[in-house]
Amino acid sequence: MVPLLELQSVSKAYGKKTALLDLSLSVEPGRIVGLLGSNGSGKSTLMQIAAGLLHPDSGSVRIRGQLPGVRTKGAVSFMPDRPQFESWMTIGDALDFQRDFFADYDADKARRMLDFMKLSRRDKAFSLSKGMGERLQLTLALSRKASLYLLDEPIGGVDPVARDHILDALVEFYEEESSVVVSTHLISDIERIFDEIVMIQGGSVIMQGDAEQLRMASGKSIDQLFKEVYAEC
Amino acid sequence: MTIEFDNNLPIYLQIMNYIKLQIVTGKLGPGEKIPSVRELASELKINPNTIQRTFQELEREGVAESRRGLGRFVTSEDEKIMSIKKEMASDLLDRFIGGMRELGFDNENIVKIVTESVEGGRSGGGGDAHGTLA
Repeated sequence: MVPLLELQSVSKAYGKKTALLDLSLSVEPGRIVGLLGSNGSGKSTLMQIAAGLLHPDSGSVRIRGQLPGVRTKGAVSFMPDRPQFESWMTIGDALDFQRDFFADYDADKARRMLDFMKLSRRDKAFSLSKGMGERLQLTLALSRKASLYLLDEPIGGVDPVARDHILDALVEFYEEESSVVVSTHLISDIERIFDEIVMIQGGSVIMQGDAEQLRMASGKSIDQLFKEVYAEC
Repeated sequence: MTIEFDNNLPIYLQIMNYIKLQIVTGKLGPGEKIPSVRELASELKINPNTIQRTFQELEREGVAESRRGLGRFVTSEDEKIMSIKKEMASDLLDRFIGGMRELGFDNENIVKIVTESVEGGRSGGGGDAHGTLA
């Protein structure tokens, strides 16, 4: 089976600052992958490279066996870690934008998600609270029938109740044939939805595996493992 | 249906135990249909792959059986259900006895305490003790 996403020996630096170093990663179809790392570990860079928004300095990136480009962007739905709305936009405008840009936009799913997220098309996208903004971002990302969803810190700025709601939406609305990569540094609330986890530090993978097997082998939660692994670094 | 998950244990094992408990206590009757992967996943807020794994294990153990096109069903074999019940009881007992031994009770005293507890109608209190010892 061709992996949905495959990175081989990817490196990326911003000036002298290394963001990713010789990182390899493969995501099979139908998996929810947790990309775990502290702030500055390279998570967002990795997501942007996978989304085709950044080019690696070296190494190769393949989406379903293809180089990132116009075609792969149709298969990849990316939720950036900060809002990207124009000041004049209402939530309805933001959704219409998504509809105009992507052929796989599903109006019915978007409507159901708006209801679920308690968002109204008439509200200004720009003036939403951080939590409501994240709900809108997730709605936009999941309103497409993509093969690969890349969600960069979808639960970063919200309170625990809203966090649960966003997780519910994720389980409820993701397409089972597709894969989801979720980057986060908040692990305990979200770890139960992961099939696999990839921990990165200093731009390299330091641990990866099947979430249940890691729990079974260690008798510990992923959250606990993460803390231990990072304490050693 | 709600489960308080313990992140330190594999999730699929916790769901397996939960379903077994439902079967043993009759909330899921023999031969009754088990909710679908999708239903359980959204109810428990769990990845569908984890539910899939739970069901595979339940089938492997003979607790559930899938019928093509119809879904998954609780086994209708009473013997199987009885053996799940025994298995769960022996887990409880092991934990209880282990805990009592840690407290320094020998076999004779453990039996005595249990007898007293059961005959004194303090089974409720005894039940709590299982919890704290486990």
